[in-house]
This record gives sequence, C-alpha cells and structure tokens, in this order.
Amino acid sequence: MTSTVARRPAQIELSGVTKRFLTPSGSMFTALRAIDLAVGAGKFCAVVGPTGCGKSTTLTMVAGLDRPSTGTVRVGGQVVDGITAGTSFMFQADALMPWKTVLGNVALGPVFRGVPKKEAQSRARDWVRRVGLAGFEEHHPHQLSGGMRKRVSLAAALINEPSILLMDEPFGALDVQTKAIMSNELLGLWEQTRPSVIFVTHDLEEAIALADQVVVMTTGPGTVKAVYDIDLPRPRGAVQEIRFESRFVELHHQIWASLREEVEAAYALTAQGRRS
Amino acid sequence: MSGPAGRGGAISVISPQTDASDTVGVRHAARRRKALVWAARLATLIVVIGGWQLLTSAKIVDRFFWGQPSGIVAQLNDWVRHGTAYGSIWLQIWTTFKEAVLGFVFGVITGVIVGVLLGQFRFFSEVLSPYIKVANAIPRIVLGSLFTVALGLGIAAKVSLAAVLVFFVVFFNAFQGVREVDRNLLNNARVLGASRGAITRHVVIPSALTWIIASLHVAFGLAIIGAIVGEFLGAQRGLGLVIATAQNNFNPNGVFAAMFIIAVLALTAEGLIGLLERRLLSWRPPSQIEASAA
Repeated sequence: MTSTVARRPAQIELSGVTKRFLTPSGSMFTALRAIDLAVGAGKFCAVVGPTGCGKSTTLTMVAGLDRPSTGTVRVGGQVVDGITAGTSFMFQADALMPWKTVLGNVALGPVFRGVPKKEAQSRARDWVRRVGLAGFEEHHPHQLSGGMRKRVSLAAALINEPSILLMDEPFGALDVQTKAIMSNELLGLWEQTRPSVIFVTHDLEEAIALADQVVVMTTGPGTVKAVYDIDLPRPRGAVQEIRFESRFVELHHQIWASLREEVEAAYALTAQGRRS
Repeated sequence: MSGPAGRGGAISVISPQTDASDTVGVRHAARRRKALVWAARLATLIVVIGGWQLLTSAKIVDRFFWGQPSGIVAQLNDWVRHGTAYGSIWLQIWTTFKEAVLGFVFGVITGVIVGVLLGQFRFFSEVLSPYIKVANAIPRIVLGSLFTVALGLGIAAKVSLAAVLVFFVVFFNAFQGVREVDRNLLNNARVLGASRGAITRHVVIPSALTWIIASLHVAFGLAIIGAIVGEFLGAQRGLGLVIATAQNNFNPNGVFAAMFIIAVLALTAEGLIGLLERRLLSWRPPSQIEASAA
C-alpha cells in the first residue's frame, strides 16, 4: 500500500451484515442481524447501544479481523477481504507491548510497514511529543498511568496516518477527568488528519460531544435502530462545556429516549436469564 | 509513613524532617532484618554440618554408610592434590560441565524453535499433541541406555540425554507461552500491517520469553542430571563416573564430595541464568524481578 492511499479518508459501508457465532455448546448465536450503516469519508461516527449488542464485532469486521456471515463490508468502495489497509484500531484494553518502550510502541506501525528503523523512530518521537509525552520516550508501559498509556495508544494508532480509525471504548477504563482530557486531545488530533472514525462507547454524552453521527443499536441480536446527525458546529472545543449548550441537551434527550428502550430491554433480558 | 498524628488539631502536618527520620528508621529496620536472616542461615549450616560431624564421630550414625563432613573435605583435598582414578579432578568437572552445557544449548534451541512453531500453527499442534503427551509420559531418563548403546562411551550419548531432558521442559513452556500471547496485541499488530514474521519477532517471541526463561532454571538442573546419569551408564571420565566408582568402593565421602562439586556447578549456572533473565526481561515491573531473584 502506498502512503497516499492511507492518507485519504475512506468511506465505510456495511450492507446487510449478519454475524453468527458457534457457541461452545454447539448452538448458533446471532450477534448482528442485517446491519446497514454508512460512514462518510472523514466523518466521525459514534456507536452506542446496550452491552453485548455486537458493537465490537462490527469494528472487527470493518478492520478485516473477522468476516461477516452474510452481507458485505466495503471500505473506500472495495469489499473487505483480509486486513483492511490504512486502518488503525484502538482497543478497550491496552494493546501496548509491555517489553517495548513508549517510543518502540509508537514506532511499531511504521516498522511493520517496512519504514527504516531510524525514520520510524524519528516519526515516533514526533508523535510522542504531539500526544504530550515528550520526556517519556524511554519509559515502559508499566511505568505510566492509565491516561498516559492511552496517549501512547493514540499516538501508535495515528502515526500511520490511517484513513480509518476504529475505537472500541478506548477511554472506558479512565476516570471522568482524564476521559474528558483525552476526548479533547482526540478531537484536536482528529481534526488535523481527519480519518473516518467509528467510535464505540457506552457513554452517550461522549458520543454526542465527539461525533458527526450517532448510531443507536438494538439489544442482541444487534441491528441499527436509528441514526442521528449531530449538527453541532466544529471545531467543538472542550467536551466538558459543550454539554451545557441547548442543542446538545436537545439531541441528548432525543437519542436517550431511543437508547433507553434498548438498555431497558437488555437489562430485562439479563435479569430474566439470571432468574431462570 | 507513621508520623506522630493529631499534632495541634485534626489534620496532622507531616514535616520534611519527620519524613526524613522515618526513612532512616525504615532503612535501619530493613538492615537489621537482613543481618538477622544471615545469622540464622549461618546457624542452620553449623547445626546441620556440625550435627552430622558429631553424630558420626559419636558413632550414633555409621560413617561407613553416611560419610562424615571432615571425610568429605579430606576427599576433596585428595582429589585436588592427587587427582582421581581417571585423571585430574578438573578434567572430570570440565567433562561433565561441557556435556551439560552442550545438552542444555541443543535442548533449549530445539525446544524454543519447535515450541514457537507448534504454538503458532494450530493444525500441527493438534496433529502432534497426543504423541507429545505420550513422549512426555515416558520416563525419558531410560533413553540414556539407548544412547549409550548407540552412541558409545563418548560425550555424544551424554549430550543427547541432557538435550532430550532439557528439550521437553523448554518446549512445553515455549508452546504455552506462545498460546498465552494477548489476543489484543496480536490483533493490534495485524491491523498495523505486520507480516507473520514480524508478528513472531515483535509480539510472539518477546511475549513467550517470560515463560521460556522461567523454564531455563529447571532446564539446567535437568541438563546436569542428564550428563551425570549418562556417565553412570558408561563413560571414561566425568563426575558421574567418579560417583559410580565411589559407590562401588563403598566410599560415601566420595559420593558426597562429587555432589558438592555438582551443586557448585549448578549454582554458578543458575546465577548466570539469573543475570540473563534480568537483562532480557528488564522491561518487567521491578516487583516481579525481585520475586524471581529471591
């Protein structure tokens, strides 16, 4: 792949995507059913939905780590077959190599793409600085706080200048303040390179504050319930403040009404399961 | 920090002085504890060796069967001055050491290679797993007889036996280590565009290294056992042969003296492996390194 391809944001299209898994007991489990979803090139799409509705599965299929049982996933017009080129993935858990330094971890992307080590390192140094970790290049992940590790992950994800950025509850494990800071940084960095983003989260406020488009998913088997366009102007500024704007509150009301039904349904389902 | 609490109100202010004197106190306690541990270690040694010497001198324990510390020292002294029946003691030590190290190296290399390969290719590991289980269930030390017959009295038979013993321990650890690699790390590397080789080099092997190195401690002990047993079964020199001769001559002091030499060898190797471990695994949190060094 050439870097020019990687730099152009790509449109993501899922059409009629269904994913079934074989459970250990031998029965079929449908995680996703007939998903239709389109994310425009350079758009920030947040996906919210109750636990276990297949949000993460959607991401792994866009990345090409997994295949749909039926339906197709297209990225930039091409059907995903194998690992999707120009993709970066930020996982909920840390995906940093504990035996590599901060610099080594950030440099992995270019190194894997065959960039000479020297150049990879100088690019990594630049990205480490851009996420505010200058001076921590030689530290190992276990010497960093949770928020700092997330910054490293963010730098490692963005260094390849991806056309698609997939984020699976990346800030889920952080405390509220750190989460707000990281969200601001993410927005700032995203506005510089503008990859297409699918951002999975539990947190509706986070979703509205960050995204152009919020997708609400139904409880399992997951499918798209509704898509809301977020017409808050960009650049958004601090996510802590935007939530007090009247348009934000309005959108939040609207989407929460839709999401609540699903969350309650999911809760009733698990409660039932516990009783039986 | 246990500064005097409640000074002049509900909030206790911990001054830098209190902090500093606390540090001194903590350090002092740590040093005293260390000294105590060493004193107790020395006492244990004196009680065991001294008791052994006393009991055998008082003829409560028969020194003809159980040896005597002073006799062991005399035996070591005799070996150093006059050599053994098969040449100088240093030659015997060198022979055994060479066999153990060669067996160790071959066993570790093959164990790591096969473990990493089988760990990554699920198909092969499924095909081979019943045979590996059978091979593991066999008492492999018996292979020593086979090797002695097939490879003769030279060094090859001992090296082979040591290598086989080492191989299985290292292999199982490498295999397990590869299987335990964090899925997230693998997926992340794949998405970032890593080839299969790059994943092995940057993710799988470093991750399995913790497991592999943990196995090396046990493995070197097994390499020495392999070399000694091989020499027992038939050899022209080596510490195993020295032990076998001492046994045939009803010389328990000779057996103990050789045991002592082997223990020194094993401890030296253990120290070197510990150094290697600290070098290769320096990225781990310090608590783990301390725990493994203790």
